[in-house]
Amino acid sequence: MESIVSIKNLSKTYAGGFKALSGVNLEIRRGEIIALLGPNGAGKTTLISAICGIVNPTEGSVHVDGKCIITQFRETRSLIGLVPQELTTDAFETVWATVSFSRGLFGKPTDAAYIEKVLKSVSLWDKKDNKIMTLSGGMKRRLLIAKALSHEPKILFLDEPTAGVDVELRKDMWELVRSLRESGVTVILTTHYIEEAEEIADRIGIINKGELVLVEEKSELMRKLGKKQLILELKQDLQELPANLSAFDLVLSEEGKRLTFTYDTQGERTGITSLLDDLRSAGIEFRDLQTTQSSLEEIFVKLVEESR
Amino acid sequence: MNIHGVKAIYKFEMARTRRTLVQSIVAPVISTSLYFVVFGAAIGSRIQQVDGVAYGAFIVPGLIMLSLLTHSISNASFGIYFPKFTGTIYELLSAPITMWEIVLAYVGAAATKSLILGVIILATAGFFVPLQIAHPFVMLSFLVLTAVSFSLLGFIIGIWADNFEKLQLIPLLVVTPLVFLGGSFYSVNMLPPVWQTITYFNPVLYLISGFRWSFYELGDVPIMISVGMILAFLAACLGVIWWIFKTGYHIRN
Repeated sequence: MESIVSIKNLSKTYAGGFKALSGVNLEIRRGEIIALLGPNGAGKTTLISAICGIVNPTEGSVHVDGKCIITQFRETRSLIGLVPQELTTDAFETVWATVSFSRGLFGKPTDAAYIEKVLKSVSLWDKKDNKIMTLSGGMKRRLLIAKALSHEPKILFLDEPTAGVDVELRKDMWELVRSLRESGVTVILTTHYIEEAEEIADRIGIINKGELVLVEEKSELMRKLGKKQLILELKQDLQELPANLSAFDLVLSEEGKRLTFTYDTQGERTGITSLLDDLRSAGIEFRDLQTTQSSLEEIFVKLVEESR
Repeated sequence: MNIHGVKAIYKFEMARTRRTLVQSIVAPVISTSLYFVVFGAAIGSRIQQVDGVAYGAFIVPGLIMLSLLTHSISNASFGIYFPKFTGTIYELLSAPITMWEIVLAYVGAAATKSLILGVIILATAGFFVPLQIAHPFVMLSFLVLTAVSFSLLGFIIGIWADNFEKLQLIPLLVVTPLVFLGGSFYSVNMLPPVWQTITYFNPVLYLISGFRWSFYELGDVPIMISVGMILAFLAACLGVIWWIFKTGYHIRN
């Protein structure tokens, strides 16, 4: 698939000497939703800031829609909408005025009908004449999204869009992001809510200590790194594991009522058949069985720990 | 050129003025009127004339300059400092707008406000003293050049400042003393020789002198030197801003 943002060997060292990004390479595909996951201070915001022009990269290059963000910044920035992490707004402006301001700032002529559409899409139409300081936190978040969408961008950056947002609003936000993608907008979001990435992203990038540890299709990532567990509820309590089962990765828990077998879905053989055979020959019977797959959160924690 | 962007910032800044109308326009008018009452009517009645001009009328150009300088600086510095303070500067930095367009918008708005203020003070002065303007075009040019130059200086201060104290530091500690000591209320030749020499190192003297020349055709220095000084100052401010953008100083690092 064609890439809309192309990041090559991007590094950023701040004036104080802190290296926030080192050698990041990433191709963002047109029309996808990509989530950048990482702990606090990993460099997610710096990466976004460098692409959007807020900080100057120290090394490397970024192209947006084939154009360099430094030499052709007018073209690249016109294509990008940015929703910052902090709720930074002017207090005294009205909702309508600030969204109109953003549209003008990004070089677009006034278009009342479009701004009405945007405000309606984030459920702020009835607040259009209110001063920003009268809005709640969730409304301000939506206002920032409206500002970012005011100039009809093709790429939307959402920096921690659902931090401090209640569950219902978070679901609304996900809906909005999906509908944006349907209308052809590429969405890049950073988050440390793994469930968010798992819920809406097509691909996931993991950043830690300024390095892009990995980028994968979400399903691929889950499959590749996902360990599966087979949980057996035993008919009779087991005091200890029989010797013939020692070759398997088994854990006995719940006072001998439950046997958990961890296996790798990538392996040529999962070992399930032979485990069941061996269980039968050891005379162990079970009432129920279930399998679980590790969540993205577990994968994430594992990756971040490995890169430490 | 991103004309819509420049217009958006300009409109935003002018809207801010309207919201703070009392502070932006009314307060300086009141304080200037007070100067007229104190220096013009009360003390001026005992001084009578300076170089053939009634004292009340003599101080008009200096008073306008005092307001023009301090308000150009504070308008422009606050205009760019505030987005830095609230964090809304992210939007400016991520917008398809050059730094020079940002300067044009902020400095244009600040200078517009100062010019409106200057004209209002001039009109207020007309209530207190009979005014004559010998060279209206020169007067207007000085007004515009000064408003623009000192708005540029204000913009630089706004970029440099990282707290509210620094924002006030230069206007209070440098500009106000220079204006008071730059011949706003007196002619340089009223000073002892040593102080006269020292005063010639004060750049504001040249502004006030030139501006006063456009009213009464009298100045402490020749008019062309005044014009040269204001242009040099303008060039210096543009140079500093060019350097700021080139290095990304205090903005993109």
